[in-house]
Amino acid sequence: MLNIQDLHVSVEDKAILKGINLQVAAGEVHAIMGPNGSGKSTLSHVLAGRPGYEVTAGSIQWQGQDLLAMSIEDRARSGIFLAFQYPVEIPGVSNIYLLKAALNAARRHRGLNEIDAMDFLGTVKEKIRSLNLDESFLYRGVNEGFSGGEKKRNEILQMAILEPLLCILDETDSGLDIDALKIVAEGVNALRSSDRSFLMVTHYQRLLDYIRPDHVHVLAHGRIIRSGGPELALELEAQGYGWINSPDAGA
Amino acid sequence: MSASSETIERLISQDYKPGFVTDMEADTLPPGLDEGVVAAISARKQEPDFMLEWRLQALRHWQTLSEPTWAYVDYEPIDYQSISYFSAPKVKEKPASLDEVDPKLLETYQKLGIPLHEQERLAGVAVDAVFDSVSVATTFKGKLAEAGVIFCSMSEALEKYPDLVRQYLGTVVPPEDNFFAALNSAVFSDGSFVYVPKGVRCPMELSTYFRINAANTGQFERTLIIADEGSHVSYLEGCTAPMRDENQLHAAVVELVALEGAEIKYSTVQNWYPGDEEGRGGIYNFVTKRGDCRGRKSKISWTQVETGSAITWKYPSCILRGEESVGEFYSVAVTHRRQQADTGTKMIHIGRNTRSTIISKGISAGRAQNTYRGQVQILKSATGARNYTQCDSLLIGRQCGAHTFPYIEVKQPDASVEHEATTSKISEDQLFFCQQRGITAEDAVSMIVNGFCKEVFKELPMEFAVEAQALLGISLEGSVG
Repeated sequence: MLNIQDLHVSVEDKAILKGINLQVAAGEVHAIMGPNGSGKSTLSHVLAGRPGYEVTAGSIQWQGQDLLAMSIEDRARSGIFLAFQYPVEIPGVSNIYLLKAALNAARRHRGLNEIDAMDFLGTVKEKIRSLNLDESFLYRGVNEGFSGGEKKRNEILQMAILEPLLCILDETDSGLDIDALKIVAEGVNALRSSDRSFLMVTHYQRLLDYIRPDHVHVLAHGRIIRSGGPELALELEAQGYGWINSPDAGA
Repeated sequence: MSASSETIERLISQDYKPGFVTDMEADTLPPGLDEGVVAAISARKQEPDFMLEWRLQALRHWQTLSEPTWAYVDYEPIDYQSISYFSAPKVKEKPASLDEVDPKLLETYQKLGIPLHEQERLAGVAVDAVFDSVSVATTFKGKLAEAGVIFCSMSEALEKYPDLVRQYLGTVVPPEDNFFAALNSAVFSDGSFVYVPKGVRCPMELSTYFRINAANTGQFERTLIIADEGSHVSYLEGCTAPMRDENQLHAAVVELVALEGAEIKYSTVQNWYPGDEEGRGGIYNFVTKRGDCRGRKSKISWTQVETGSAITWKYPSCILRGEESVGEFYSVAVTHRRQQADTGTKMIHIGRNTRSTIISKGISAGRAQNTYRGQVQILKSATGARNYTQCDSLLIGRQCGAHTFPYIEVKQPDASVEHEATTSKISEDQLFFCQQRGITAEDAVSMIVNGFCKEVFKELPMEFAVEAQALLGISLEGSVG
C-alpha cells in the first residue's frame, strides 16, 4: 500500500530525513517513535504534501502511484489522512460544513454523488456520540475555542467520517489527559480494519498501551535505526532514548 | 430568486429598456458642466420648474467646493469638464449576439449562474421580445397599487407625484452636503422612488436590475425611499454582473426617510467593474447614502456587500432622530488586485434611547487597500443611547492593507459605546489543513471568507445571500498561490 524507498528530505537546505525505508501493508498499524528532532513530524508532513519540504532523493509509492507527484488534495482524496499535532482553528466555518465539504470532495474524486444531507447528518451524529462529543460541537467553528482534547477528538471525528485508507497520527497523544487519550484510542481502534493502515508518530509509549501496533520503528537522526514488534516500544519505555546516541546504536 | 423579485426585475428592465437606446443616441450632451447643461438635462426630462431651480442651486454650490481628499484612496485627479453629464458612460455599439461579447464576461456570467437570456440582456445584446411582460407588468403593478405603494423611476415620480418628491428630496442629503452630493443634485439623470403609505407592509421585496440599465445611461442616480408611519419596506439594490465600462465616475445619492414606527431595510450587492490586475479602468464609486430615522421607534438597516469598483467612497449612515429609533449597518467590503475601498458608516444619535449596531467585515487581497471609516456621534440629547461596533479585517497575502479609522464622539455621559476590532490573516496552516482534508486552496479561501462574513450574510435576503457568496468566490479567484 505504502512503500517509502531511501527517502531524503531537506528543509531550507538542512537534511532532516536521510534515507528512510518503510513499507506499510493494508491493515497494518505502525508506530514511529523517536526523540524530539528526529524527523518524525517531517515524515508525516511529507506524506501529506505540506509545502516547505524538499525531497532530495528517494521515492514514495502509494497504491502503485507516485505519491510525490500528487497534489495535497489528491493525496487526501485518495485516502491519506493526517491527524494534526496542532489542529488549526478556522473561525466562522462550522465543523459540519467542513466535514461535508471534505467528504464530498473525496466522493467526487471517487466518482460518487455528493452525499444526501439527511444521510450525512445521521452518520455524523452516530459517530459524534461514539467519541463522547456533544452535538453542539458540529455547529461550532472548526476548532474555534476548543480545548486541546476536543481538538484531537475532532481530528478523530474527521477521520471517522472520511474513512481514509492510511491514517497518519502525528503526536495525537500529546497534550491529552488519560481520559481523553482513552477516548481517542477507542475511536482509532474502532476504525481498525483489514483495509485500513495506521502510521502513529509518537514520542511516548503510553498511546501504544491503548492502540497496539504491529510494528514499531525507532527514528533517530533522520533514519530508522531499529524496527521490531510491540515489545520494542516497551524496551524504549524502559531505556529512554539515551542509548541511540551511543556509538553502536543503529546502522 | 423568488418569483416575485424576478417579476419585478423583468418588469423594470422592460419598462426602461426600449426608450434608452434611442434617447441616448439623440440626446447625448457634449462633455462639460455648466448651467446650460443642467438646464438641458432638466428640459429633456420635462421637469417641473422647482426642480430646475433646485439643480441650478446645487450646481452653483458645487462650483464653490473642491473634491474631498481625506479618504485613504489614491487616484488621478478627475477632470469634471471632460465628462458628459447626460449619457456619460460610453455606450458601445450594441453587440448583435452573444458571439460578439467579450468571452471573459460571458465566463463570469456563467459562473454566477445567470441564465442565457439574462446574459444576453446584461451584456446589452439587443434582444427584443425576450420578456413578454404585459401581463407580468399588470400583476406586479396591480399588487403594489392595491397596497398603495408607489415604486417608480425618479423621472416618473417628478411627473406624477411632484409634491411628494418636493417634500422629501434633499431633506436627508441636502445638495450642499458634500462635493459629490452637490454634483449629483445638479445632474442626476434618474433613479428610483418609493413611497410606502401609513401602516402598509410592502407586499414584496422591491428588487431591481435597473441599476445596470441606469448605469448605461448615467452614473448619477438619485434614490428616494419614504416609509410613512408604521410601514415596512425592504429594498434590494443589486448588480451581480460586472461592467465593461472603463474608469467612470459613479456618484449616486440615496435618501431614506422612516417616519414613526416605520422600518426600511436597504440591501446592496455591488460588483461594478473593479479594474484590471494593474489597476487600469474600473468604476469610481463615490456614493452618499443616508437614512433619517425621523419618527419614534423607526428603524433603518443598511446591508452591503461590496466587491466591485476601482475606488469605493461610501458611508451609508443613519440619523437617529426619533426616540428609540434603531440604526444598523452590516457590511462586507472586498478589495482585490489594485482596488481601494474607504467605506463605513455614520451613526448620529440625537433622540433618546436610540440604538445602533455596526458590523463591518473588510477583506483585502492582492495589492488592495481596505479602509473602515466609521463615526459614532452621541449628542447631548441622546440619553440612554447605545452603540455596538464590531470591525473585523481579513488579509489574504502579503501585499494588501487593512486600515480602521473609528471616530467616536460622545456628549452624553449616560450613553454606552462599544467598539471591537480584529485583524486576521488566512494562514498557510489553515490552507494546508483544508487541502489535507481534500478541499482545494481556492475553495478553502472561499469557505474561510464566507465564514468570516457570516454575520453579515445572514442579514441579507435569502436570494441575495446566495449570490453574494458566489460573488465572493469569483472576486477572490486567483488570490492564493
